[in-house]
Amino acid sequence: MDTDLIFQLAGISIVITVIYTVLKQAGRDEFAFSTLLLGIVVVLAMVIPKIANLFETVRSVFRIY
Amino acid sequence: MEIVKIVGLAIVAVVLIVVIRQQRPELAVQLSIIVGAVIFTMMLGKINSVISLMQELARRSNVSTLYMGTILKIVGVAYIAEFGAQICRDAGESAVASKIEFAAKVIVIVLAIPIIAAVFDFLLKLLP
Repeated sequence: MDTDLIFQLAGISIVITVIYTVLKQAGRDEFAFSTLLLGIVVVLAMVIPKIANLFETVRSVFRIY
Repeated sequence: MEIVKIVGLAIVAVVLIVVIRQQRPELAVQLSIIVGAVIFTMMLGKINSVISLMQELARRSNVSTLYMGTILKIVGVAYIAEFGAQICRDAGESAVASKIEFAAKVIVIVLAIPIIAAVFDFLLKLLP
């Protein structure tokens, strides 16, 4: 199954966290915050199709129309 | 040994989520959503076969498909509502979670109305 998606997401979020803290240490808070937002949007863009797919399969399995 | 695979995956994912939750809780929530979705899609094949077996038994014992269909719908609605409410509760928003559960209860009642009406008519016929 798509277990690799979980590890991709974990990797991306760890990279985002590191980038955020590095930029914060460098004193450029606004730049850090914008990269954080970008990272969250990227992760969300990967998560939402999965959830839509899950709800679609649940709808078809349980015959909810 | 499907369960071993699932528990292993869940434990590894939970460790990752705990690592991420300290710095970025918003990313950890999305990760836990994905883990829940993956584990459920793993189990979908088995659920599908159980449901088709139940429908086959219902058809053979000529129970009307309305009842079976409604039960399946209610189980599906309950599962999705539980999925959403649990994720909201993990993220710390128990107010939102209780709203989701409230909406699910209303939907289930609305789904159950035809059955309640049928039972009521049946009882009226029984009484002299």
